[in-house]
Amino acid sequence: MIKKFDKKDEESGSGSNPFQHLEKSAVLQEARIFNETPINPRRCLHILTKIIYLLNQGEHFGTTEATEAFFAMTRLFQSNDQTLRRMCYLTIKEMANISEDVIIVTSSLTKDMTGKEDIYRGPAIRALCRITDTTMLQAIERYMKQAIVDKVPSVSSSALVSSLHMVKMSYDVVKRWVNEAQEAASSDNIMVQYHALGLLYHLRKNDRLAVTKMLNTFTKSGLKSPFAYCMLIRIASRLLEETDGGHDSPLFDFIEGCLRNKHEMVVYEAASAIVHLPNCRARELAPAVSVLQLFCSSPKAALRYAAVRTLNKVAMKHPSAVTACNLDLENLITDSNRSIATLAITTLLKTGSESSVDRLMKQISSFVSEISDEFKVVVVQAISALCQKYPRKHSVMMNFLSNMLRDDGGFEYKRAIVDCIIGFIEENPESKETGLAHLCEFIEDCEHTVLATRILHLLGKEGPRTPTPSKYIRFIFNRVILESEAVRAAAVSALAKFGAQNDDLLPSVLVLLQRCMMDSDDEVRDRATFYMNVLQQKQKALNAAYIFNGLTVSVPGLEKSLHQYTLEPSEKPFDMKSVPLATTPINELKTELTPIVTTKLPEKVAPSRQDIYQEQLSAIPEFKGLGPLFKSSDPVQLTEAETEYVVRCIKHTFTNHIVFQFDCTNTLNDQLLQKVIVQMEPSEAYEVVHYVPAANLPYNQPSSCYTLVRLPDEDPTAVSCTFSCTMKYLVRDCDPNTGEPDEDGYDDEYLLEDLEVTVADHIQKVLKPNFGAAWEEVGDDFEKEETFALASVKTLEEAINNIISFLGMQPCERTDKVPENKNSHVLLLAGVFRGGHDILVRSRLALADGVTMQVTVRSKDEIPVDVILASVG
Amino acid sequence: MFCELHYNCVKAVLILDNDGERLYAKYYDDTYPTVKEQKAFEKNIFNKTHRTDSEIALLDGLTVVYKSNIDLYFYVIGSSHENELMLMSVLNCLFDSLSQMLRKNVEKRALLENMEGLFLAVDEIVDGGVILESDAQQVVHRVALRVGYLGRKRIKLVLRIIRLTCNLL
Repeated sequence: MIKKFDKKDEESGSGSNPFQHLEKSAVLQEARIFNETPINPRRCLHILTKIIYLLNQGEHFGTTEATEAFFAMTRLFQSNDQTLRRMCYLTIKEMANISEDVIIVTSSLTKDMTGKEDIYRGPAIRALCRITDTTMLQAIERYMKQAIVDKVPSVSSSALVSSLHMVKMSYDVVKRWVNEAQEAASSDNIMVQYHALGLLYHLRKNDRLAVTKMLNTFTKSGLKSPFAYCMLIRIASRLLEETDGGHDSPLFDFIEGCLRNKHEMVVYEAASAIVHLPNCRARELAPAVSVLQLFCSSPKAALRYAAVRTLNKVAMKHPSAVTACNLDLENLITDSNRSIATLAITTLLKTGSESSVDRLMKQISSFVSEISDEFKVVVVQAISALCQKYPRKHSVMMNFLSNMLRDDGGFEYKRAIVDCIIGFIEENPESKETGLAHLCEFIEDCEHTVLATRILHLLGKEGPRTPTPSKYIRFIFNRVILESEAVRAAAVSALAKFGAQNDDLLPSVLVLLQRCMMDSDDEVRDRATFYMNVLQQKQKALNAAYIFNGLTVSVPGLEKSLHQYTLEPSEKPFDMKSVPLATTPINELKTELTPIVTTKLPEKVAPSRQDIYQEQLSAIPEFKGLGPLFKSSDPVQLTEAETEYVVRCIKHTFTNHIVFQFDCTNTLNDQLLQKVIVQMEPSEAYEVVHYVPAANLPYNQPSSCYTLVRLPDEDPTAVSCTFSCTMKYLVRDCDPNTGEPDEDGYDDEYLLEDLEVTVADHIQKVLKPNFGAAWEEVGDDFEKEETFALASVKTLEEAINNIISFLGMQPCERTDKVPENKNSHVLLLAGVFRGGHDILVRSRLALADGVTMQVTVRSKDEIPVDVILASVG
Repeated sequence: MFCELHYNCVKAVLILDNDGERLYAKYYDDTYPTVKEQKAFEKNIFNKTHRTDSEIALLDGLTVVYKSNIDLYFYVIGSSHENELMLMSVLNCLFDSLSQMLRKNVEKRALLENMEGLFLAVDEIVDGGVILESDAQQVVHRVALRVGYLGRKRIKLVLRIIRLTCNLL
């Protein structure tokens, strides 16, 4: 038998495709027979098939040729061949956007949709609605209404689905068909029911009350269609989420009830809805988890996949809820579908206990090479989460990761691994050396410049502080010999850091740098020359300032200042202190990684929030002479969230002034506010210089007004102050419907909460990667030390968090994390005081009854030191 | 979270041959707006799926359910938030309809000889991303391909096989 088929294949040439070598022009030429009488249905059908095939392949049709073919096709309506007619409908739909004047077939289609042939009616409706616009829709409205309630399911479904597509374009027309849709919803046909429900929801979705009513009706009456049930579950969960409905709501009961539906599709939808509900507690999760557990042993791959994917989501938030499924999940590790296996294993990694880690790791390594990169990234992330949970297992995981690093894989995958290892090194000092060794090995053969430079940077930072720094030099210098410019430059910087920190390595580093000065790339040569000269001075302060702790200014800000300086040449040298500082980026919360989307790396350095403020403020003429913006605070709310007017304040600190930016929102739709200012009464010697009003504050459109305050000159240590704030404005009542304001208005005011300026507003966070070097560089000229007792604080963590938020300084060298079971800790903080002086704080904390704190402050100026000590006391 | 309460749950329906070439492709939204992006996506999908006989995968952040038969690969693609079983019901409906229309002879040659049947069937199963019908019996009934065409082709095929068998003997 097999032989016979082989023979047949040989005869006609293997994989013969009658459509393979179709030429568009030839097909269009053939289409001329559409005009012949009598019509030959078979040949015409074949040609239409070819045209649709070509369109389907992505062939481009010009407007003229498409229109020509379309017009010829319209003649085929004369034939009564069923299949031919149906292919005409398809052609109309496919060509609706390409050809011109498609509406000429409207009357033919209208005739078919109301005709006797049931087989034509549904498809004719769909084709007609595809070419109809709002005005024409009104002309066929009567027929559409009839069609929606037609007793033939295909007609009714077609009309409902087409209406659904039309809602976006002609909401007002389709809205009038709601009664017909209601009637269709009680149809016996499951698809009609589903489509009617869909249409009803989309007509009412902006009216929460109507949706609630609709849900009540349908959840009580019960439906036949599993699709309609899924839809109801989604609507219900959406509503629960919007209304913050508790778990005692009837909607939740409905969803939970669906867990016992006889259709797997509905059961899964309900389980998934429960899992995705916000603030779901373990008790509510339990029934959903147990149906998902059953699905895990289903013979259908799609069901297993759906179940394990949803369990994986549960495990992210409630790992304990999933532990009951561990056995089922372990069975899925050997699933032939690798996606299922991976999801199972990552779920287990989240829920598993410390003792199962070794076993799981072994199992992962057995199949990791078979899964797609996307899933590999998921695995790496699961491992990374696991490391944080069980730091003691780091050696097992580190080995595993280094094996993964050696395998083939794309950039995203490698980056995930490198991120994970770097995270490890930073979290666990014990794993530092093994981690660095693995990374060194990786950069020996790494095609990704970004990763290589990152690792070199890390080596420069961590390497010199390991017991045997010399062993890293070889790896770094290999890069100088073998790699591209960017990597060579990074390697030179890393080398310099070794030289600066290890005196015994310095001579060899100097020799290596000497060689780099002969490099073919100028960036590499420049760096080598620069570091060479700095290192030869053998001064700790220079090393600290130029090698360990680089520039702390914002790059776009520096660019702007330099540009300004070149525009107005002066005798004075350029002052680095006039450049706004780079704000330390707030650590973004790690976003969940499903769905995995390949992110495009930003091309340019994006301006920070502060750069944007600087831009906005400098556009206001009153704030021209204030100099560079030093710091912008986070917004402070000055009203409750649900009051008539919502006001929040951002404090912008300049060298001698503070600008208060008030973002006001008017939540009353019958008022227009004008000339809005916030009047401020300072408690200290602060002087309000100027108010910049917001001209108009219409309903729901936020607008900003500003208040400029001069800082007191006489007593520079008076950094904190309380302002009582009152918003003053002119009210004009207006018609809530039209928004038209009255002619006259009246003055009014609104009391806001007090606003405080604290020491943190005068200090900008700066990260010193090497605190020790910076500490030496600043020197002890203005060092002061004092001891405080924090009686009310009970733990070291609490004390540290309080200090950081109070002073608004940057913790360095990861000293914001206290190792477990310690009674004393040293917190290192760095910042820049308004005016541009570095300020460093070393605070020794000891836990006894309360916390005792010894604060040592260093700066190059006396005032900041006094300010800090005065404010802490 | 469920992004939007999308009624259009199917993003694309694809049929590829055993070289990964497109035999049929219908995209219902603008996830892949140009032919170039579509073909790249199809290539990617084919490479990831053609060697395994599992039926579901996650690709480019989309859920892909698939099925292969002899030299044909059927794919239904939906958003990753979509109910996987719904997508599966579309795939099964498509496959079963074709299987009935092609008299269980679901392979490339038979499909190409009945492209109009395929076009009409998909049109009856999904409309603009909305599942129109999930029952294969209904779909075949609505496509109502006149037995004439299929029959004639069928007879031709049988005759050819007989002729070949005779030659062999």
